[in-house]
Amino acid sequence: MPEIRVTPLGAGQDVGRSCILVSIAGKNVMLDCGMHMGFNDDRRFPDFSYITQNGRLTDFLDCVIISHFHLDHCGALPYFSEMVGYDGPIYMTHPTQAICPILLEDYRKIAVDKKGEANFFTSQMIKDCMKKVVAVHLHQTVQVDDELEIKAYYAGHVLGAAMFQIKVGSESVVYTGDYNMTPDRHLGAAWIDKCRPNLLITESTYATTIRDSKRCRERDFLKKVHETVERGGKVLIPVFALGRAQELCILLETFWERMNLKVPIYFSTGLTEKANHYYKLFIPWTNQKIRKTFVQRNMFEFKHIKAFDRAFADNPGPMVRPAAGPASTSTPVGLLSSAGVVFATPGMLHAGQSLQIFRKWAGNEKNMVIMPGYCVQGTVGHKILSGQRKLEMEGRQVLEVKMQVEYMSFSAHADAKGIMQLVGQAEPESVLLVHGEAKKMEFLKQKIEQELRVNCYMPANGETVTLPTSPSIPVGISLGLLKREMAQGLLPEAKKPRLLHGTLIMKDSNFRLVSSEQALKELGLAEHQLRFTCRVHLHDTRKEQETALRVYSHLKSVLKDHCVQHLPDGSVTVESVLLQAAAPSEDPGTKVLLVSWTYQDEELGSFLTSLLKKGLPQAPS
Amino acid sequence: MKLYCLSGHPTLPCNVLKFKSTWRRCYTMQEVNSALSKIQLVGYSQKIELFGAVQVTPLSSGYALGSSNWIIQSHYEKVSYVSGSSLLTTHPQPMDQASLKNSDVLVLTGLTQIPTANPDGMVGEFCSNLALTVRNGGNVLVPCYPSGVIYDLLECLYQYIDSAGLSSVPLYFISPVANSSLEFSQIFAEWLCHNKQSKVYLPEPPFPHAELIQTNKLKHYPSIHGDFSNDFRQPCVVFTGHPSLRFGDVVHFMELWGKSSLNTVIFTEPDFSYLEALAPYQPLAMKCIYCPIDTRLNFIQVSKLLKEVQPLHVVCPEQYTQPPPAQSHRMDLMIDCQPPAMSYRRAEVLALPFKRRYEKIEIMPELADSLVPMEIKPGISLATVSAVLHTKDNKHLLQPPPRPAQPTSGKKRKRVSDDVPDCKVLKPLLSGSIPVEQFVQTLEKHGFSDIKVEDTAKGHIVLLQEAETLIQIEEDSTHIICDNDEMLRVRLRDLVLKFLQKF
Repeated sequence: MPEIRVTPLGAGQDVGRSCILVSIAGKNVMLDCGMHMGFNDDRRFPDFSYITQNGRLTDFLDCVIISHFHLDHCGALPYFSEMVGYDGPIYMTHPTQAICPILLEDYRKIAVDKKGEANFFTSQMIKDCMKKVVAVHLHQTVQVDDELEIKAYYAGHVLGAAMFQIKVGSESVVYTGDYNMTPDRHLGAAWIDKCRPNLLITESTYATTIRDSKRCRERDFLKKVHETVERGGKVLIPVFALGRAQELCILLETFWERMNLKVPIYFSTGLTEKANHYYKLFIPWTNQKIRKTFVQRNMFEFKHIKAFDRAFADNPGPMVRPAAGPASTSTPVGLLSSAGVVFATPGMLHAGQSLQIFRKWAGNEKNMVIMPGYCVQGTVGHKILSGQRKLEMEGRQVLEVKMQVEYMSFSAHADAKGIMQLVGQAEPESVLLVHGEAKKMEFLKQKIEQELRVNCYMPANGETVTLPTSPSIPVGISLGLLKREMAQGLLPEAKKPRLLHGTLIMKDSNFRLVSSEQALKELGLAEHQLRFTCRVHLHDTRKEQETALRVYSHLKSVLKDHCVQHLPDGSVTVESVLLQAAAPSEDPGTKVLLVSWTYQDEELGSFLTSLLKKGLPQAPS
Repeated sequence: MKLYCLSGHPTLPCNVLKFKSTWRRCYTMQEVNSALSKIQLVGYSQKIELFGAVQVTPLSSGYALGSSNWIIQSHYEKVSYVSGSSLLTTHPQPMDQASLKNSDVLVLTGLTQIPTANPDGMVGEFCSNLALTVRNGGNVLVPCYPSGVIYDLLECLYQYIDSAGLSSVPLYFISPVANSSLEFSQIFAEWLCHNKQSKVYLPEPPFPHAELIQTNKLKHYPSIHGDFSNDFRQPCVVFTGHPSLRFGDVVHFMELWGKSSLNTVIFTEPDFSYLEALAPYQPLAMKCIYCPIDTRLNFIQVSKLLKEVQPLHVVCPEQYTQPPPAQSHRMDLMIDCQPPAMSYRRAEVLALPFKRRYEKIEIMPELADSLVPMEIKPGISLATVSAVLHTKDNKHLLQPPPRPAQPTSGKKRKRVSDDVPDCKVLKPLLSGSIPVEQFVQTLEKHGFSDIKVEDTAKGHIVLLQEAETLIQIEEDSTHIICDNDEMLRVRLRDLVLKFLQKF
C-alpha cells in the first residue's frame, strides 16, 4: 500500500527549529532546516542522526527545501550540509537565496564572536553551503529528478517566503512554511490554487487567535509610540533586520510625515541600508501598491529613519533634560532630545543590540518596549511578555523591568481564520499542523476536523504520521477505443453507467489500454469464435412462412429497443442473432426454429430462446 | 505623437494620406489597459493546464527580458514554438534548449533579420564610430527602442567610455518611458542572466546604467521639452526613438544635426531599412553608420540547435527554406535539416504528418486491484478491463463497474420487456484453440457419456448422442448445436471457455 510519511525533527508541537521529513512515493524530502532560538546547546539544531547514524545524508534525501530566510527555518543549514554532510540540491526562492547567507553570517558572528562558541560553522561553510542552492521562481515546476517535482507559491510573511508543493505522480504534499493570508504594508497575501494535495502541512503559530483588523492594530501601535515620545520617553522595537522591520518603518515613516514629527527614528543594525536595498531590488515580491508606484517613489527609501548612533542609547533617560548651552551645540540635535524610537535587532531580545539597549532602558518607566512579533520560549522577549519583571541576567545580575512592555501582533502569520481559508483553497485530503504550541494546535485540529471534515494530525518531534494513499494508475488508452466509447456516451440512453471493455497490455513499465481486437492483432493471435445454435420447438400448425412472421411480430413487440428484421429468405434477425426455420419435421403441428448466436451476443441469445420456449402469443383472430 | 512628413517623395508616409479612408484609429490607453488586464502572468517552466486537454509551458528564449518559447504538449505529443531566440550571452536568462528535446513538431520562426552581420562586431563598430565622432566634436544620434538592446549598448558604453577617454561626454536617453524602462530593468533579476542575478545578491543593481545615472553620466528625460533644454550640452550622445525616424524626438535631432558632417547617426535596430528611413532627410551632411544588432538565431545556430534537440518535424515560414532573393547563391542562408523542414505561407493550413494514437487515462486503484494480469508472452502481460468511463474536463478516469443491481421485489407486475437484456454489456473476445482429446476427457469427467468424435476436413465433431448435441471444433471456432436446454448449453459453454483466453 503506498503511503506518505511525515516526521518533524523540529517544529513538531513547537515553534522554532523547523525541520520536517516527508517520504512520498519513495522520495525523501526535508522541509526547512532551522535553529531554535530558545536553546544554546545541542537542542538548537534538529537531530539529523534520525535520518542516518552513519553515512552521508545525501544518500537518504532527494532534496532539501527552504521556505524562507528566517533563522528558525534555515539557521541549521550550514551545519547540516557542511558539518553533518549533504551534497544534494537545496531549493529556495531568489530573495531567500540572497538574504539567507547574510542572516546566517550574522548569527554565526553572534554565536562565535560574542558568545565565544567553538565548533560552530564557519563563514566558508556558509559559502560552500550556498553553492548547493538552486533558486526557484514562483510557479515554476522544478524537476528534481524524473519523478519528483516541486513548485513554489507566494506565501507573504517575509520577502521571498514561499509555500512548496512536492509532487510525485498523482501524489502530492504542500508545505506552507510561514505564511500570511492578509496583505500588509509591504507584502501581498499568500495564494495557492485548488491543487488538492494528499496532505497539507501548515504552520499554526496563531492557531487560536483571530486577529482584529490590521488597521486597528496599526492605529494602536502608532498611538502608543506617539504618546511615549510625546512625554519624552524612548521606544524600543526589537525586530529582525528584514521583514517586519520594513513594514513598521513604512508605517512610522508615513505617520511621521503626516504628523510632521521631528523626533528621531533610528534603525540599529548595519544591515539597514543593505536590507532596504534588497527590498528595492526584489520589488516584484512586494505588494501590488508598492509594485505599481515604485518608479515614482520607492517605498523603501526612508526620509525619517536614520542609522543608529550608540550615543542615543547611552543618553540618560528622560529625567535628565539636556543641558542648554554652548557645550551641546556640537552634538547632533536628535541625540540630545531624549525621546526617540529605535528599531533594534534581534526581534526576540535574546542577544545582540536589542538586548543591550533593553538593559539600558529597562529601568525607566517612561520608556516603552513594543514586541511586534512572536517570542520563542526561553528568550527575554518571551519572559517579559509573560509578565516577568525581574530578569536574571548573566553573572547573577537581576534586571528590574520598569519600562512599559507592549505586545502587538505584527508577525505576518496567518491566524486561525487564515489557516482555515488556506485549507479551503488547497482542498487537501488531510492536514498536518506544525510550528505551533500543542494546546493551540489541539484546538485548531478539532476545528479543522469538525468544520472542514478533513483529517488533521499534529505529531510531536520525532513522531511519524503515516497516511495511506491510493494513487490512480495512469495508462495510455488507444484513441480509437476512447473515441468509440465517448461517442456512445453521447447517445440519449447514456445516462446509465456504461461499461468500457478493453485489454490492458503491460510491457515493462509501459501500460496501454486497447480494444480487444487490437490486442489480439498486436499479439498476432487469432480470434476464436464460439457460436451456439439451439433448436426451439414451437407448436404451430400454420405454414412455415406464417410462423416466421408471427415470430417476427412477437419479437418486434417485445424488443422495442432492438433491431429486429425479417429477411427475404424468411429468416429473422435480432441484432446479430439469427433465427431460421429448420427442415420441416415429421409432426406438422410442431415447427423447429434454429436460433444461432455468438458468445458475444450470449445475453440476447439466451433471452430469445427462453422467450420462445414460452411459446407465441395467441394470434389475434 | 508626431507624424513627420515631407511632400513629393513616392515612398513617404504623407502619400499615404491619399488613402486616408483605409487608416485605422490607433488604440487608446484605455484599450491598452483593458487588453493588459486580461493577461495571466506566468513564469518560465510553469505548467499551465488548458481545459485539461493540453499543457503549455513558457521557456526562456534568451532574446529579451521575459521573452519566451513555448511548449504545447499533451501526454503523448509535444509541439515546440521557437520564436525570437538568442544563443548569445546578453542580459536575459540563457535560452532553455534542453526542454525543447523530444518534440514531435518544432515550429521555428523569428530568426535574425540580418543573418550576415555579427552582433559582437556590430557593437564594436558602434563604439568606435561613436568615439570617433565625439572626439571630433560631433554629436551621436542613436535611434532606438526604449528597452531591449539599449540596456546592452549602455553596458558596453559603461565599460568603453572610460578607456576611450569619453567619461565627460553626456549620454542622454529621451523617451516618455525612459525612467520606467531603466527602473524596471533593475527589478527583474530573476529573469536575467546568471552574472546579473548574482549582483542582486550583493545587493547591487544588476545593470551598470544605475551607476551611469548616479555619476550623472547618463541622464534620462521624458521628452526634449522641459529639463532637457536646460541640461543639454554638446557634444553628446542621444538615444531616442522612434527608429523609423518618422515620429518621436529623433525627428528633432535629425533636423538639428543633419546639416553638419561632424555629427553621426548610428542605426542599431534591424527593423527598418536605414536608407528608406533617411530618404526624406536627404540631402544630409551628417554621417550615417549602419550597425544593426540582431541577436536572434542565425542559420548556423539554427542547425546546431536542431541537431541538439532533434525534433521529428520542423515547420517554418517559406522564406527560411530558400536563400534570400538578393543572395540566391548563399545556400548557407537557409534552414538545413533532416527530414527537410515543412514550410508554410501566410494563411495556409498545414497538415502535420503525425497521428495521435493514445491519450492518458487514469485507472482507479480499486479497479486496478481487481485486474488479473496474465503473462501471454515473456515480458508481456494482459488483463481484460471492464470499467465505467468517466470524463470530466477532458480528464478520463476508469472506475470499477457498478455491482449488479438487486432484483426489485416482485410486487410490481413484471412485463416481458423488463427482462430484455442490455446488449451493451460486452463480452470479451476469445482466443486459443481446443485440444479435442482433453476436451473429451473433461466432458467425461463432468458426467457426459456416450461421446463420439468424428474427424472432419478442418477439425472434429464431438457428438453427445444422449443429449442430442453436436460440437464442431475447428482451429479458430467452436460451434455448439443443442436443444433448447439452457442448463445444458451453459454447462457446455463453461467447459469450452476453460480452454480459451479472454480478451
